[in-house]
Amino acid sequence: MTTLMTPAIVSTVPGLNAPKPTPLSETKTLTVAKAINEGLRQAMLDDPKVVLLGEDIGALGGVFRVTSDLLAQFGARRVIDTPLAESAIVGTAVGLAYRGYRPVCEIQFDGFIFPAFDQIVSQVAKFHYRTQGAVRMPITIRVPFGGGIGAAEHHSESPEAYFTHTSGLRVIAVSNAQDAYSLIRQAIASDDPVLYFEPKRRYHVKGEVVPELGLVMERAVIVRPGTDVTLLAYGALVTTARDAALAAFDEGISIEVIDLRSLSPVDYAVVEASVRKTGRLVVTHEAAQSGGLGGEIIATITERCFSFLESAPVRVTGFDVPYPPAKLESHHLPDLDRILDGVDRVMGRR
Amino acid sequence: MIDFSPQLVQLLSLDGERMPSGDFDPWVADLDGPALLALYRDMVVVRRIDTEATALQRQGELGLWPPLLGQEAAQIGSARALRSDDFIFPSYRENAVAYCRGVKVSDIVKVWRGNAQSGWDPYTVNMATPAIIIGAQTLHATGWALGAQRDEVDSVAIAYFGDGATSEGDVHEAMVFAASFQAPVVFFCQNNQWAISEPVGVQAHRNIADRAPGFGIPSLRIDGNDVIAVLAATRIALDRARTGGGPTFIEAVTYRMGPHTTADDPTRYRDPAELAEWKTRDPVLRLHRLLTSLGEITPEVEAETAALADAAAAELRAGCIGMADPEPLSVFDHVYATPNATLERQRSDYAGYLTSFGTEHDSAEQNRKA
Repeated sequence: MTTLMTPAIVSTVPGLNAPKPTPLSETKTLTVAKAINEGLRQAMLDDPKVVLLGEDIGALGGVFRVTSDLLAQFGARRVIDTPLAESAIVGTAVGLAYRGYRPVCEIQFDGFIFPAFDQIVSQVAKFHYRTQGAVRMPITIRVPFGGGIGAAEHHSESPEAYFTHTSGLRVIAVSNAQDAYSLIRQAIASDDPVLYFEPKRRYHVKGEVVPELGLVMERAVIVRPGTDVTLLAYGALVTTARDAALAAFDEGISIEVIDLRSLSPVDYAVVEASVRKTGRLVVTHEAAQSGGLGGEIIATITERCFSFLESAPVRVTGFDVPYPPAKLESHHLPDLDRILDGVDRVMGRR
Repeated sequence: MIDFSPQLVQLLSLDGERMPSGDFDPWVADLDGPALLALYRDMVVVRRIDTEATALQRQGELGLWPPLLGQEAAQIGSARALRSDDFIFPSYRENAVAYCRGVKVSDIVKVWRGNAQSGWDPYTVNMATPAIIIGAQTLHATGWALGAQRDEVDSVAIAYFGDGATSEGDVHEAMVFAASFQAPVVFFCQNNQWAISEPVGVQAHRNIADRAPGFGIPSLRIDGNDVIAVLAATRIALDRARTGGGPTFIEAVTYRMGPHTTADDPTRYRDPAELAEWKTRDPVLRLHRLLTSLGEITPEVEAETAALADAAAAELRAGCIGMADPEPLSVFDHVYATPNATLERQRSDYAGYLTSFGTEHDSAEQNRKA
C-alpha cells in the first residue's frame, strides 16, 4: 500500500517571536562569524532592499551560523531559504538586483560555487558593462573558503583566482572580526558585485569589533611593519603570516606583513611602497600556485618595482593538486614553517 | 475553467477560420476586426524588419542576424498581451517583442552591428537586452518576479526562450524556484523545432509542455502560429501571476522558417519538405485569411500596411548605416560602477599609447590596421 506524500509545511519558525536583538552600537568582542552576522543585521536595518538568499540560512542560521537569528528578525521575505541550486541562487539575485534589490547570496562552501560559475562570470560580472551602466548588480556573494578544518572534498577550496580573473567583479577576503563586520557592510553597500570570501577556519576566532565601516575595502593594510621582507597574505593565512613574522623577528629578520583584504582590485599603492622599502616580496595563499593571485601580484610588482628588488620574489602556496584528503592537508597548506622557508629563500639564506 | 492539458490549443485554423473555444474565447473577446488588423500589421512590419536586417547582414552592415521568420505570431501575440509595467527577459531572437515594446528599430540591430552589447536601456522599455547564454534569463525573470512579489505589486516577469533552452539546468532551476515561491513569472517557450541543427527530438522525448507540471507549474501547449491562441494563453498566464496563482509555462509550437542566424545553413540538416509543410501554417497568411473573410482587408489597408513596413525598413537601414562607431577608450567604460585603480591605469596607459601616434586616435587605428 502506498501513501501519498504531502509536502511538509513549515508553519512555525523557532525563535520567530523571540525578542529582537539590538544592533551593535558599541565596541564588542565577537567571533568572525558573529561579526559578519552583525554586519548583515546592520545592512538589513539600513536598507530594506537587502535580502539574503542561500541554503539553510533561515531557521538553522547557515551551516556556520553566520545568518543566525536573522530570519526571526527580518522574516522569510528577506531571509530566503532557497532550494538547493547555486546557479539559481545567483541567477535570481540578478533578477532581484534588476528590480532594485541588494541581494546577499550565501554559497554554503567554496567548492559548491561552481554550479553558479556561469551566472557569476557571464551575468553578474558583465551586466553593468553590457548595459553601459544602465543595470547595476549590487550583489554580494558570501563564500566560506580555505582548508584546515579536516573536511571532505569540496569543503576546503580557495577558488578566488577564478574571480579575480573576471573583470566586473570585486573580490574581498577578510581575516579578522573587525574587517568581517566592516567589509560585509561595505560589500553590500557597493554598487558593484562583490565576492566576499570568509576565512572558514577562523570563524570562531574572537576580536574586538567597532561598529564602523572603517577603511575603504579596496585598501590593503599593513598589519605588522617591518624593513627586510614584505609578506603578503589574505584570509586565514594573515594570522599565520603574522606568526611567521614574530618567529622571524627572533632570528633577526624584520617582516612587514600586509593583509591584502581586496584581491580585486589589488591595492598596489600599499604593496609597491612596502616593496620599495624592503626590496623583497613573499606572497602566500592556500590556492594552487599556477595561475594564482601570487603570480599576478609578483609580475605586477616586478614590472613596477624591478630596480628596487634585492632578490626574486617568492610564492608560498598550495600545490598544483586538487585539494587533498584531510590527512594530507597539512602538507598542502602553507604553514608557519613553509612561510619562513620562503622568507629564507627571499633573504638568500637558502 | 482552463484545461491545462497537453492538448494543442488552436483558435485559428490553417484556413483562417476562427475556431470557437468556450474556455479561451472569453480571453480574446475584445478582438474585433480593427484589433485583429492591428496584430496583422505588427506581424507584417516585424517580418519586413527581419527581411531588411537579413539584407543588411548580407551587405556587410551587420555582423550577424538571428531571423524570426515564422515566429511572428508567437512573439506579437505574447508581447501584445503584456502591460507596460511587466518586465521581459528575452533571448536573442525576440526582435518582434522589442518592436512591440517601442524599442527603436535601429537600436534592435545595434548589438548585431557590434556597436554595443545592449541596444537599449532595459529600464526605459521594461525589457532586458538579449541574453545569449541559453536559458540564463529564465532565472533573472524568476528573481525579478520574487522582487515584484516582495514589493506587493501585480507586475509580472516573462521569460522567452526556445526548445533548446529547456535542456539547460538554469531553466529547470528557474522552474523549481518559481514553483517553490509561487513567483509571478510566465515561462514562454517558443518551440521552433530547431536548436541550430538539432531537432527538438534531441531535447525532449515528449512534449516540452509536459515538463512543467512535474515542477508543479501548469502548462499550456498552443499553436504558436495562431496569434489569437498565443494572445489568449499569455493573458491567462499573466492573469494567474497577477492574482497570486504563481508561474505558468507556455509552449508555443512554431517553426523557425529561416536559419538559426545568418551564419547558419539549414540545407545541411533540414528536409526542404518540412519547410514547405510549415509554410502552409504561416502565421501571417493565416491571419490574412481571417481578416479577408471579415472584410477587413481592402486595397487601401494593404497599401497602408505595406507603407508602414517599408517605412520601418527604411528607418532601420538609415539608423543602422548612420550609426557612429564607439570611441576607442570607451572599451574601458562601465566595467565597474565604482572607480577601479587597476583599470584606470590600463585606460591611461592605452590613452597614452594612442596619442603617441599623434593627436588623433584615428591615426593609431590606421596604423594598427596597416
